[in-house]
Amino acid sequence: MGAFFLVPIGAMFEFSTRGVGEGAARTLVSWTTIVTFPDLVKAIIASLELATITSVAMLFLLLPTMIWVRLRLPRLNRIIEFLCLLPLTIPAIVLVVGLLPVYRWMAENLSDSILTLAFAYVILVLPYTYRALDAGLSAINVKTLSEAARSLGAGWGTVIWRVIAPNMSGAVLNACLLSVALVLGEFTLANILGYVNVQVEIAQLGQANAGVSIAVSVASLLFAFVLLMVLSFVGAARRSLRSKPRVRDPRLEAVWGQKA
Amino acid sequence: MTVTGKPVTGIPVMETARRPREGGRRLPLHWVGAAPFIGYVAVFLLLPTAIVVVGAFSADGGPTLANLSALNQPQLITAFTSSLVLSAVSAIVGAVLGAVFAYAVATGNPSGLLRRIVSSASGVLAQFGGVTLAFAFIATIGGNGFITLWLQAHGLDPYARGVWLYELPGLVLVYAYFQIPLMVLVFLPALDGIRPQWREATESLGGSTWHYWRYVAGPLLLPAFLGCTLLLFANSFSAYATAAALISQGDPILPIAIANLLNSETGIAQPGIGQALASEMIVIVAVVMFLYAVLQRRTTRWLR
Repeated sequence: MGAFFLVPIGAMFEFSTRGVGEGAARTLVSWTTIVTFPDLVKAIIASLELATITSVAMLFLLLPTMIWVRLRLPRLNRIIEFLCLLPLTIPAIVLVVGLLPVYRWMAENLSDSILTLAFAYVILVLPYTYRALDAGLSAINVKTLSEAARSLGAGWGTVIWRVIAPNMSGAVLNACLLSVALVLGEFTLANILGYVNVQVEIAQLGQANAGVSIAVSVASLLFAFVLLMVLSFVGAARRSLRSKPRVRDPRLEAVWGQKA
Repeated sequence: MTVTGKPVTGIPVMETARRPREGGRRLPLHWVGAAPFIGYVAVFLLLPTAIVVVGAFSADGGPTLANLSALNQPQLITAFTSSLVLSAVSAIVGAVLGAVFAYAVATGNPSGLLRRIVSSASGVLAQFGGVTLAFAFIATIGGNGFITLWLQAHGLDPYARGVWLYELPGLVLVYAYFQIPLMVLVFLPALDGIRPQWREATESLGGSTWHYWRYVAGPLLLPAFLGCTLLLFANSFSAYATAAALISQGDPILPIAIANLLNSETGIAQPGIGQALASEMIVIVAVVMFLYAVLQRRTTRWLR
C-alpha cells in the first residue's frame, strides 16, 4: 500500500531529472530552466501574492468578527459557523458558475487583475481557517483579556491586534499556513475565471514541456508538505490547550491531520 | 442629560438617560460589528449560490423550465451518469481499501511509529490533488512514465488496448490516490471507538470471530463505513482540477461538462444551462452530505 503512494512522487522526481537521449545522465536542467519561462515566473509570483493577500484579508475579516461574536453576539455563533462551513458543501466548480457574473462585473468596473481572485479565495479558505481560529479562541479567555485591556483604556484595534492575537499566535499562524497551502494549490477558480495562477500555468506548460512542469509540481508539493509539517509541529505543541470543536467534518481533519 | 424644568425646590431636574430596551443590550450597535463579515460572505458566497439556483430556472428575464429540459441532451446525461459512476466506483474502491488499511493500523500500537506515519501521511495525501497529482501519475504511468517504460522494457505494454490513463478508468486510479488516505483519516476514529471489552464480552459468552463481526462490530461500524463512503462520493463528485489536467477533450464528467459549457458560445449566450448543471451538482452533494450527517449521528452514539 505504501508503495502505491510513494511511487508517483518518486516518479515525478525521476521524470524531472531525466536527461535527453538514451542512457543520458541525470540532469537538473528542468529545474534550473524554471526561471527562464517568463510566464511561469509571473504565475508563481502572482500565486505567492495571492496567498499573502488572502491570508491577510482572511485575518482582518475573520478574527475581529469572531472575537466580536464571542464577546457581544453569542447568538450569531451558529450562523457564522454555518456560513463558514458552507463552502465545503458547495463544490468549487459550482461556486465558480455563480462567481462568473460577479467577476465579469468586477473586471469591467473595478479591476481585472488576477489579484481580485483573493476575494473568492478568502471564501474558499473560510472552513479551515475558521476552525483554526476557533480552536485558538477557545483556548484563551477572550472575555477577561478584552475587558482587562478595555478597562486600561485600549481601543478595539489594540485589543484585537495587540492583546488577543499574540495570545493565539499558534492558531493565527495555522490559519495563515492553511490559507497559503490552499491558495497555492488552487486551480478550478483561476482556470474558469480566466486567470493564470501557478497551477493553471503548470497545466498549460505541461502540454509543451513536461519536464519543467513536473519539476514545478514537485516544488509546489514539497512547499505544501513543508507548510503542513510546520503546521503539525505548531499543532502538537498546543494539543493540550485545544478544546473539542463542535462540528466534525473529516475534510477539515484531513488538513489538521489528527482526530479533533 | 437635559434640563426639563424647575420643580418647587428650585433645583433643576435632570433628565437621565432612559433605560435601554430589551434588558440593557444595545442591539443595533452590536450588529454593526458582524456586518462586514456577513456582507462579504453575502456578496461572494451567497450571491453566487443564488445566481446559480435562480439562474437555473430563468432565461432572458423570465422564469422558465427550458434550462432543465436542455439538460436532456445525450452528452450531458452521459456526463451526469459518468460522474455518478466514477464517484461511486472510486468511493467504493477507496472505502474498501482504506477501511482494510485503517483496520490494520488501528489494531496496532496506538502510539507506535506506523500509526503516526500513517496519520500524518494521510493528512498530507488526502489534500494532494489537482494538477500536481495528475502530473505525478502522468510521470508514473503516462506515455513516457517511469512504470510504463519499465514495463515496456520487460515486454509488457499496459497500453496495448489504448491509453486508458486519460479516460475514466485512469481517473478511478488517480482518484484512489486521495480517496484511500481520506478514508483512512475518517474511518480510523470509528475503529478506535471499538472497545476491546466488546470482543471479550463476545468471547466470554461463547461467540467466535464470526459472531463478533456479524453481531457486534459489523452493525456498529456499518453506519460509520457507509457515512465515510458517502463522504468519499461527495469528494470525488466535486473534483475538477485533476480530471481537467488529464482529460483534454470531451465531456466525460459533470464538472468538465460545466467548464466546457461556460467557455462555449452556447454557454455564454445562455448561462442558464450551465447554472442548471451546477444546480444539479448542488442537489446531489447536498443530499449526500445530509445522509452523511444522519449516519454520523448514528455512529457517534456508540463509537465516541
